Amino acid sequence: MKNFIKLLSIITIVFITTVQSNSAEKVDYLKTDWSFKGIFGKFDRGSLQRGYQVYTEVCSSCHSMKYLSYRNLGEKGGPEFSEEAVKVIAASFEVNDGPNADGEMFTRPGKPSDKFIMPYDNVKAAQAANGGAYPPDMSVLVKARGGGVDYIYSLLQGYEDAPSGMILDEGVHYNKYMYGNKIKMSAPLSEGVVEYRDGTEATVEQMSKDVTTFLMWAAEPHLESRHRMGFKAIVYLIILTILVYLSMKRIWSRIETEV
Amino acid sequence: MSEHDYIPKSKFGKWFNDRLPLLSLASHLADYPTPKNLNYWWTFGGILTFCLITQIVTGLTLAMHYIAHADMAFESVEHIMRDVNYGWLIRYIHANGASMFFLAVYIHIFRSLFYGSYKSPRELIWIIGIIIYLLMMAAAFMGYVLPWGQMSFWGATVITNLFSAIPLVGEGIVNWLWGGYSVDNPTLTRFFTLHYLIPFLILGLVVLHIWALHVPGNNNPIGIDIKKPSKDTVPFHPYIVIKDGFALLMFTIVFAFFVFYSPNILGHADNYIEANPLVTPAHIVPEWYLLPFYAILRSVPDKLLGVIAMLSAILILAALPWLDTSKIRSAVFRPLYKQFYWILVADVLILGYIGAMPAAGLYLLIGRVATAYYFLHFLVVLPVLGFKEKTIPVPLSITEPVLGGSLNLAIAKNKESLDK
Repeated sequence: MKNFIKLLSIITIVFITTVQSNSAEKVDYLKTDWSFKGIFGKFDRGSLQRGYQVYTEVCSSCHSMKYLSYRNLGEKGGPEFSEEAVKVIAASFEVNDGPNADGEMFTRPGKPSDKFIMPYDNVKAAQAANGGAYPPDMSVLVKARGGGVDYIYSLLQGYEDAPSGMILDEGVHYNKYMYGNKIKMSAPLSEGVVEYRDGTEATVEQMSKDVTTFLMWAAEPHLESRHRMGFKAIVYLIILTILVYLSMKRIWSRIETEV
Repeated sequence: MSEHDYIPKSKFGKWFNDRLPLLSLASHLADYPTPKNLNYWWTFGGILTFCLITQIVTGLTLAMHYIAHADMAFESVEHIMRDVNYGWLIRYIHANGASMFFLAVYIHIFRSLFYGSYKSPRELIWIIGIIIYLLMMAAAFMGYVLPWGQMSFWGATVITNLFSAIPLVGEGIVNWLWGGYSVDNPTLTRFFTLHYLIPFLILGLVVLHIWALHVPGNNNPIGIDIKKPSKDTVPFHPYIVIKDGFALLMFTIVFAFFVFYSPNILGHADNYIEANPLVTPAHIVPEWYLLPFYAILRSVPDKLLGVIAMLSAILILAALPWLDTSKIRSAVFRPLYKQFYWILVADVLILGYIGAMPAAGLYLLIGRVATAYYFLHFLVVLPVLGFKEKTIPVPLSITEPVLGGSLNLAIAKNKESLDK
């Protein structure tokens, strides 16, 4: 038993470290403390609401979020805007609908059940408007990048002047954290580009953190209930394991063999 | 099983059992004499059964919501993650369940290698096991394609392209597999169909695997034949059932940790980008459990030979009962084999690491050496070891080393004192 546990823990450690060393590329990203990390991790509601504001006022002019609906903004575990607020938010967007009885397409104010509106009609239009680069959809962006939230957070603050000797084409920018250091997106955030409704000072750092938190929620809308359920499940399993262990000891005590 | 003398107590039970002996089967399974010295490495058979059933149940549920179409697959997975009740839970269990399944199967296989469980009279159990393992890899590979992310698409492209290495008919076979001239919707729909089918094939083979096991009975840590039932055995129920249950619970704790707290750590970030035939990812990497074979494939410079090497790395296992010439099963009594065993374990881990790294420079060299050693172990070391190795005397029964003072032990001790 002891030997077994020793070996098994070695296997588990080797397994996890190799997996981690494979998944995480060795880049020193900017660090910040994310409220949603850890066993009891939860989103910071205020940060999510501010992050949504940054997304709509800055990112959404180029980046779509096609898997989200306005109703998600009011759901538990998310920014948790009130039902009324969600209706107002949705109604502030013009949604294409149709065809109507006359066979015509028309626009109408959005409803909570509508998906987030798309900034461009299609990928080609998005590329044409952005010098050939397609601004990626942001619904699961955090999960689609190696460094996850740390990468996005760093990228937003990683704009610098290109080192001397590096020649950048027209419309290409230098970013410390971008793969290959060249990015078509110009620095999206600058001091005060957003005026937060709750009075928080809109520094680049603050906005980066808020919008990244928002993107994390967008990619993992059920993160909070996952963490809650996980804790309960594991506690339950541990108690059950102990009980079964004791029963096992009892049953095996009928014969002289160690278990 | 046929000679089982179980007689049901109730009249209906008797009537039923005479027509369909299900009760006799249940009684056989409960009473099945099991060596009492089985250690925890033997609990992985039960754990694997649990994994298979978990994958089937979660898979069925996912299939109710998933859409196997190139334009909709990625979106339907997001629909499962967001809008299906507990869809995220089911999908994360299924995705991590595949990794846990392979973790368990590797432990199960290496347990067999250590204790010589593949040797006569258990060759068929072993070979059925290898077929199950092959089917598992096929199912896992096709399952990884279904979310239709970048890694899905490009992984499918790389692996199916391997068949083009076959002389003359290679191209034709690849087009036939794809159902077109590239990985596309027809490929996705057939992969989905096969991914749905294979688990049930595995289930059937698992029944055969267990049936074949129940003929000679379990091997055991000291690898000797034992009388059944005897002082050396315990009935499967309750002794082994409770022990397997305990081990399974410990396993599910690790499983739950992955599902709830790092559900994406075993996957690749690129698979959250929708498949795009026009953009190739920087590194195309298979799932971790296929990495050792991927390393073997890449360490051979020639494409066809590489494919052959990769396939033989698995198929060579089927010949293992005849490649290993030693009459002694358990490594406990084979001091030299024990060392080579751990070298093999390290070798496979190294291959796994190399498989995840770019195939160039030092990595390529290490990969080649490790590949060569892998085959050397099975083709040279094992056959020779059977003849050359001086083994430690094996006890006559399981009870013997426990109670001590046996004839064998006395001889063994005598020998030691004589050597001095």
